[in-house]
Amino acid sequence: MENRDLVIIGGGPAGLAAAIEAKKNGVEDILLIERDSHLGGVLQQCIHNGFGLHIFKEELTGPEYAERFINELKSMNIEVMLETMVIELTSQKKITAVSKKYGLIEIQARAVILAMGCRERTRGAINIPGTRPAGIFTAGTAQRYVNIEGFMPGKEIVILGSGDIGLIMARRLTLEGAHVKCVVEIMPYSNGLTRNIVQCLNDFDIPLLLSHTVINIHGKKRIEGVTIAKVDESLRPIPGTERYISCDTLLLSVGLIPENELSKMAGIKIDSVTGGPIVNQRMETTVEGIFACGNVCHVHDLVDFVTQEAQLAGKGAAQYLKSEKPSSQRMVKVDVGEGLRYVLPQIISPELMVSDKQNFFMRSIAPMSKARLMITSNNGVIKTQTLRFVKPSEMINIVLKKEELLEPNIEFLRFTLREEGDGYGDE
Amino acid sequence: MEMNKEVICIVCPRGCHIDVKLVDGKVANISGNVCQRGKTYAEAEVTNPKRVLTTTVSIIDNGNQKRLPVRTKEPIPKNLLMKAMKELKNVTVKPPVKMGDVVYKNIAGSGVDVIASKSWE
Ligand SMILES: Cc1cc2nc3c(=O)[nH]c(=O)nc-3n(C[C@H](O)[C@H](O)[C@H](O)COP(=O)(O)OP(=O)(O)OC[C@H]3O[C@@H](n4cnc5c(N)ncnc54)[C@H](O)[C@@H]3O)c2cc1C
Repeated sequence: MENRDLVIIGGGPAGLAAAIEAKKNGVEDILLIERDSHLGGVLQQCIHNGFGLHIFKEELTGPEYAERFINELKSMNIEVMLETMVIELTSQKKITAVSKKYGLIEIQARAVILAMGCRERTRGAINIPGTRPAGIFTAGTAQRYVNIEGFMPGKEIVILGSGDIGLIMARRLTLEGAHVKCVVEIMPYSNGLTRNIVQCLNDFDIPLLLSHTVINIHGKKRIEGVTIAKVDESLRPIPGTERYISCDTLLLSVGLIPENELSKMAGIKIDSVTGGPIVNQRMETTVEGIFACGNVCHVHDLVDFVTQEAQLAGKGAAQYLKSEKPSSQRMVKVDVGEGLRYVLPQIISPELMVSDKQNFFMRSIAPMSKARLMITSNNGVIKTQTLRFVKPSEMINIVLKKEELLEPNIEFLRFTLREEGDGYGDE
Repeated sequence: MEMNKEVICIVCPRGCHIDVKLVDGKVANISGNVCQRGKTYAEAEVTNPKRVLTTTVSIIDNGNQKRLPVRTKEPIPKNLLMKAMKELKNVTVKPPVKMGDVVYKNIAGSGVDVIASKSWE
């Protein structure tokens, strides 16, 4: 059995930034494990631009964003094991991995950072009736086929779900000569970023059918078409609105699920809303010394926030490795109030914050054109902020100063988001 | 001749729906924007919309055909996107390639070069 100070599982943007930050903060013995043959994670197949606007103030493509971090990692001599998959993690931080080159490996780590990313929801997760022909792919799988393997999934395409991957693929497949007939979205609003609606659909006159869904799939060997229908407010298909659309390919872009089999094995508590571990102010899970960041924690739309979160985890792990048992620490619970789906981190120990600022990431329940975010504690209001054009698909990032959290007797923090103009607050 | 075009602004998450009135192909009036940046964006969108093209070209790696991600160094006129895709269909590069290397010059006559988005050894 090998001994290591810090093991990072996953070499996507989260794992890369966490490793670099831990090293910068004094951790010398780091091992990064990645199951793929390359570093970079999902960014390798995201060849479109739009990455890094916040961090580099540039619009990079996924591979470019990844390569900057990979180069930095290499220049710091951080050890990497590729084509190695972690298959077991215990609460005692014992790791079992299998590798093409090294066979079965057992490692005892003092600290672990989980950065395994997420996987796509498939047809099973959304229950579409009909036959089970070939030609149905998740949008991310299609992205891999086209951008890495270099072949097309089909010619006549319908996309179910308006998540960003679906929108990006609508443009990509059109550029490659396919006919994307429409994007079908069950909600009355899109789940994608506005820039993707404009540049991926409107640019190519691809219709976005809101409040519509696929109710049937036709075809025996290969998919031949789908029946779509309009849905009512409770998302039930409205009889009489059915329409048949022929196609040879159906792409599903219906959401992502954090990849947490290993976390569960280690006995880490999972937040039922985010699907990822419950974490504290330094991205530490409910098992001491195991940290998590990126899409394994909650699904991100911007890689910049993944990087920020990973840097926090890297700093947190370094702090933990320096002094494993903190002397005194208060646990402040973060309460998700009205208007919000979740807030992360879920627990704060103000005394143990790794910097003088704390980022909170959250998502709204519904789109609001003007909303007031209010943060209160048992002592009263800590902060209010007016937000413009809030959408569930665009993550909200709020920063609180350490002073604001160091109030005496603080027991909980409650975040609420209300549409402005409903007589709430001081307006 | 008068014409109205609607532009959804993507400068910020607000997503203003901006109305641009054209008279004889020239911008006569812009409304619905909240800020100056929106006005500039809408004007460019209507008169000369540009996009960065991202795609892949063929790369020969140890005798195997693989895909190298590439992009235009600058945005190119939107109406040249399809022409640019056609030109890149037959491009094949050989490693080593460094991120930022020019793999194709003056794509679709736009004056803009296509560069590698990834290094390949
Ligand atoms: C299709 C798509 C389009 C996107 N477009 C944009 C965009 O335009 N702009 C933007 O800013 N963001 C975009 N994003 C978001 C951004 O790319 C992701 O949020 C980011 O890549 C998540 O990083 P990560 O490191 O958490 O996960 P990933 O990139 O998924 O990396 C996780 C890594 O862990 C490895 N791994 C998992 N399990 C194990 C194991 N057991 N053992 C070893 N290794 C393991 C995986 O192989 C993978 O390499 C997009 C995301 C997707 C999926």
